Amino acid sequence: MTSPLELRHVSKTYGSGPTEVHALREVDLTVERGELVAVMGPSGSGKSTLLTIAGSLETPTSGQAIVDGIDLETVSPSDRAKMRRRSIGYVFQDFNLLPGLKAIENVTLPLELDGVSSKPARAAALEAMEELDVADRMDRFPDELSGGERQRVAIARAIVGRRGLLLADEPTGALDSVNGEGVMRLLRAATHRGVAGVVVTHEAQLASWADRVVFLRDGLVVDQTTAPPGPESLLAAGDL
Amino acid sequence: MSVPYALLALLSDGPKYGLRLQNEFESRTGEVWPLNVGQVYTTLQRLERDGLVESDDEGERSQKRYRITPAGQGDLAAWLRTPPELVPPPRDELVIKVLVALQIPGIDVHEILQVHRRHVIEVMQRYTRIKAAAGADDVALALVADAELFRLEGIVRWLDAADARLKQQQPPTPAEVADLTAEPSAEMEVSP
Repeated sequence: MTSPLELRHVSKTYGSGPTEVHALREVDLTVERGELVAVMGPSGSGKSTLLTIAGSLETPTSGQAIVDGIDLETVSPSDRAKMRRRSIGYVFQDFNLLPGLKAIENVTLPLELDGVSSKPARAAALEAMEELDVADRMDRFPDELSGGERQRVAIARAIVGRRGLLLADEPTGALDSVNGEGVMRLLRAATHRGVAGVVVTHEAQLASWADRVVFLRDGLVVDQTTAPPGPESLLAAGDL
Repeated sequence: MSVPYALLALLSDGPKYGLRLQNEFESRTGEVWPLNVGQVYTTLQRLERDGLVESDDEGERSQKRYRITPAGQGDLAAWLRTPPELVPPPRDELVIKVLVALQIPGIDVHEILQVHRRHVIEVMQRYTRIKAAAGADDVALALVADAELFRLEGIVRWLDAADARLKQQQPPTPAEVADLTAEPSAEMEVSP
């Protein structure tokens, strides 16, 4: 079975000559269905570049970005755009909801852009909003929602239509720690229902919600966590 | 240790048997801090000796019911408001390790920092899993786990800051490191 996301020896270089910047160097990363991976690293370590390449918003200088078994480089720009709408969901730091649209219209938008007619699009949107417990806010405009509700709507938009890859860039934005935790619970629940998730963050507490944490430094994957043992081991752990 | 005060607090809403106190202690700390029944009884004995609790004086220890005394209530109220020791240990083991690593030729300090960062985050993952498994409504457990998570996050932030600082600046000289690691000093001064 193919993985929802596979990066093979991905490098990305900006500029050339003396101003050349190596944002990513030979990065390998595979994310499976049901897995939430956090990518941590300092500013300028290449985290956001990794996410934009995984999301097909940028192409690698060398190496392959493979989504659902399809090498993004081998498909036409219009097919790539279609994949982006059908297979990949994004959650942004500042939510990026369209202010003139109601919550439910924000969630149906990616489906309608993809040619889904309004009735099934609305049904799928409602289902996603119910999963995120914001269905009762569907007729509100973004500025009538709290920060936490806005991010729930944004996550509903990212998972609507059963997309297999969820990409999130500092998804808790300016939310306080309890609301931020709420967002991580939702992302974790979404991935554990079968989506593959990648969260980019510099916050250790948010990263600790992931099944696996990958550490980037100067564009290189320098380390990653091993699968953590079950919670019961905590009681016996002598190293705390 | 705060076990005596935790027991006094549990007795504040009425008299209880030792076994019940043990169960309540564990459920209210989210079972993160296990407490054996022997510890409960020795603590109760000490509290009784000090006049902070009293019991109906009959039968086996498991048959005794304990209640808090006015002196116990006073002690508990004072303890709740007494600030805990906030001054950190003068020599943090992790800080020492990093300072020592700086002095060893050929050692990549960033790699040392990363080993510790990964370890701390793996411990954080375990606490977060406990929190995730318990659900959002288990407030006691969330508070206990949060306290550990914020403490551990502080360590990661220090590691991140050390990484960034060492990338930008010259490492301290061996003499400076010797000064910092030699004796526990309350007024540590870092030369510019």
